Amino acid sequence: MKTILGLAAAAIAFAGLAAAPLYLGTYGIGLMIGLIGYVTLASAWALFSGPTRFVSLATVAFFGIGAYTVSVFYESFPPLVVLGLAALIGLGVSLLVGLATLRLAGVYFVIFTFGLAELIRQLVTWYEVNITGTLGRYLFVSYGPEVVYWQLLVLCAVTFGIGYLIQRSRLGLALKMIGDDEVVAEHCGLPTARVKLALFALSSVIITLVGAIQAPRWTYIEPTIVFNPTISFLTLIMALLGGATRLWGPAVGAVPLFLLFEWLSANFPDHYSIILGLLFMAIVFVLPRGVLDFLEGLTARMKSERSRQAAGTAPEHGKGRLAEGEAK
Amino acid sequence: MAFLEISDLSKRFGGLTAVNHVSFELAQGEVVALLGPNGSGKTTVLNMISGLLPVSGGSITLQGKRLSGLPAHRIAHAGVARTFQLVRVLPSLTVSENILAAILFRAGHTSEQEARIEAADLLAAVGLEGRGGEKATDLTYIDQKRMELARALASRPKLLLLDEWLAGLNPSELRIGIDLIAKLNARGITILLVEHVMDAVRALCPRAVVMNAGSKLADGPTADVLRDPEVVRAYLGEPHAAVA
Repeated sequence: MKTILGLAAAAIAFAGLAAAPLYLGTYGIGLMIGLIGYVTLASAWALFSGPTRFVSLATVAFFGIGAYTVSVFYESFPPLVVLGLAALIGLGVSLLVGLATLRLAGVYFVIFTFGLAELIRQLVTWYEVNITGTLGRYLFVSYGPEVVYWQLLVLCAVTFGIGYLIQRSRLGLALKMIGDDEVVAEHCGLPTARVKLALFALSSVIITLVGAIQAPRWTYIEPTIVFNPTISFLTLIMALLGGATRLWGPAVGAVPLFLLFEWLSANFPDHYSIILGLLFMAIVFVLPRGVLDFLEGLTARMKSERSRQAAGTAPEHGKGRLAEGEAK
Repeated sequence: MAFLEISDLSKRFGGLTAVNHVSFELAQGEVVALLGPNGSGKTTVLNMISGLLPVSGGSITLQGKRLSGLPAHRIAHAGVARTFQLVRVLPSLTVSENILAAILFRAGHTSEQEARIEAADLLAAVGLEGRGGEKATDLTYIDQKRMELARALASRPKLLLLDEWLAGLNPSELRIGIDLIAKLNARGITILLVEHVMDAVRALCPRAVVMNAGSKLADGPTADVLRDPEVVRAYLGEPHAAVA
């Protein structure tokens, strides 16, 4: 029953969001494209990095690959074929990177993924300057921002659907095992390398598609725009703020942070990066497990306090102290 | 053909040789103790059998199937399970889920409903009946050890590797632990245990292999091996060996 109600609520929310272009102006649609884009990026990032705790900073590498693929091929193929091509290129790169790096652990994986994004940006820049003789590319598509928005919304819904199915499957348990203790997981018979590779590839393909779908919004594509490392950091911090191990966590983090960043970049363009850095540190210090986990802990504490009051018993820490005193 | 055959096994960490050309065999259904002072290479041998560490030389075969060179999950599927020297639980999971993890990913398919019934049975077998819903990290150290054993059994092992599983138990818990291991052996599971609790070794293991400084020092009936002057010297030093 609870599942049916949840699915019904999700369907209504999706229908409401799908109708947004009918009542929002140009600015509103642009804002929603950015918002849904980051919700999808953070949710896709959390599919892999949330449960496994392999913190990837390669988000922008795949995002940029998606955007660049569209800018190169949009005149040669129909839009959906170009999206498929972007997904295939993202899949190929993610499998290569995954095979090479998923044996790395902890900070080494983080550094590698950050380096990968920079490497791909430099390679694209070098290719454009030395082979094609131009650094930027213009991108004029025949469809409007509404189509971009709807494409993103469908991708976002698919991402949530995948996350929901994974959480309820053996794969969800497998990812939690890897995040908890990879050695134990492997000794339980779990082929950890294969599971990590599959999920990294899935997450990367979705991120590539976000870049590909959003590309026409820029009209002009160049490496510094679509390989901007801030995209990786924003995605990461949004997922962490909401709670990277929960289905709705990344969305809960992405919506307020995206709106805040929009406001900050509009009103404090020169100090935007400083405020962003401070905010990153504050979130990691204050809410290391995310808002949803914090709220759940708070609710549980309040419930247990209420039940103790109803039973007329002292708080547990008080009992502990009394017991120590009696022992003396 | 031996059940478990360890042949000329070596492990080097850079310039340090932790295990040096060690060979021994286990027959099916045996309980064998792997003894030796701290740093003698016992846990390293266990780690190589379970696939946690790759071998530097030699080979390990189980019922004729070569294990050395396989990843740990393939070795688990071949029928090897283990516990760890320092208990390793999956902290974000409940007690029951820790067991389900091993049931659902062992060789062959098990439905989730069957797995839940089996997990409850395994928990009951190690004395954790009705505790499946608790967080694994909320268990006491001893109960975490029980849970870790249940998780190892969940993979239906042919060979069970116990790394100081009885360490830290009080006398009554030790009695229960020894009985439990004996029962597992009676069910046909071959057991290789690294242990410092000599009462348990004498009670459980008719045979012992002793290592010192990475090499095999002795292999034979436990009572004889423990009286061997070389073994006494390795454990306690020269003066005690002379007394022995």
